[in-house]
Amino acid sequence: MAQKESSLKNMVITLLVITGVAGAALGFVYKLTKEPIAKAKLEKQQNAIKEVVPEFDNNPAGEFTEYKSVEGTAIKVFPAKKDGQLVGLAIETISKKGFGGEVKLMVGFTPDGTIINYMVLEHKETPGLGTKMDEWFKTDKKNQSILNKSLDKNNLTVAKDGGEVDAITAATISSRAFLDAVHLAWTTYQANKAVSDSTTTKQVITLEKEKSNESVE
Amino acid sequence: MNQWNNFSKGFFKENAVFTLLLGMCPTLGVTSSAINGLGMGLATTFVLVMSNIAVALVKDFIPDKVRIPAFVVIIASFVTVVELTMQAYVPSLYDSLGLFIPLIVVNCIVLGRAESFASKNNVGSSAIDGLGMGLGFAMALTILGTIREFLGSGKAFGLSIFPEDYGMIIFVLAPGAFIALGYLIAIINKTKKTA
Repeated sequence: MAQKESSLKNMVITLLVITGVAGAALGFVYKLTKEPIAKAKLEKQQNAIKEVVPEFDNNPAGEFTEYKSVEGTAIKVFPAKKDGQLVGLAIETISKKGFGGEVKLMVGFTPDGTIINYMVLEHKETPGLGTKMDEWFKTDKKNQSILNKSLDKNNLTVAKDGGEVDAITAATISSRAFLDAVHLAWTTYQANKAVSDSTTTKQVITLEKEKSNESVE
Repeated sequence: MNQWNNFSKGFFKENAVFTLLLGMCPTLGVTSSAINGLGMGLATTFVLVMSNIAVALVKDFIPDKVRIPAFVVIIASFVTVVELTMQAYVPSLYDSLGLFIPLIVVNCIVLGRAESFASKNNVGSSAIDGLGMGLGFAMALTILGTIREFLGSGKAFGLSIFPEDYGMIIFVLAPGAFIALGYLIAIINKTKKTA
């Protein structure tokens, strides 16, 4: 093997060339995959919106408003309209209280706050336990389901916390995070809607008042 | 070296998981289902083959003292390529493997093969070695994933075999990975001794 001598010049040049080539190659691949990645993400979002709200004829993804929740997470509200009439809201929401980190959901509400459907977008919960949230809260069994319920009328917390929803067996923390995300979605939207309606501007507002209420609970 | 031996040693004689006990982090981490194991195995195979080829190509130009950093840059580049490609074309698989894809960089099988094989052999043998080792790794991960998925949630490749409620959840969790892997290695060692 005719190995090159390990002189400083040789080493510097070799590493420079290798990193240079690697950098250029990665830039190329990044450019190549940038569009498909964006498309895949958008498609996922579109599918999630379609899944959770009634039929619409506008483009919710183009009309979304972003709010900041009391936890500092971004809440995206996608309005679904049919013939100009608001038929539902798909709200993308995140709770940081999951067992394995963030729980990201897309929740569909009717304009008056009844939950139509939901879809779990991202989570890192324990497989076999917390991961059951994909289906659990849709299943009409005992008090599992949160569909057709409203945060205003129903106490949507887990039974252990005095609420009326059955937590996932052996995954109370995941269940709490899930319901927390649902709450954040609706309260953030409600709080900000009132403000933006009165000022007719769509501003991103953090609600300090909401925060103080929350901590009392 | 005989090319067939070169290829097949990765499956049994020098299987990365069962014999060499290399790459335990992804092995234990991703094998909660068969499809995850297979996906991770194939991604690793791709990186192994490509990095083995690249290392075999450039080995003569790399001064001895900087060979490890050079290899790591090569491997990391290929891993990033895999990551971006997966994200673009198989987003669902990317979602479930997530964190473990970037970790292929530090998978000792990849660096181990680059160091101990590709840096001493020609391009052809290195490619075959990478393919054999990679497929052996994929096979081990798939077997482990299938066992854990079956015992833990009553499914095989996502198809329900018995109701999930009767599954032993421990097999889906980390301890189950150790238990299943331990038994598999024991069985393989036993067959090796008797064979």
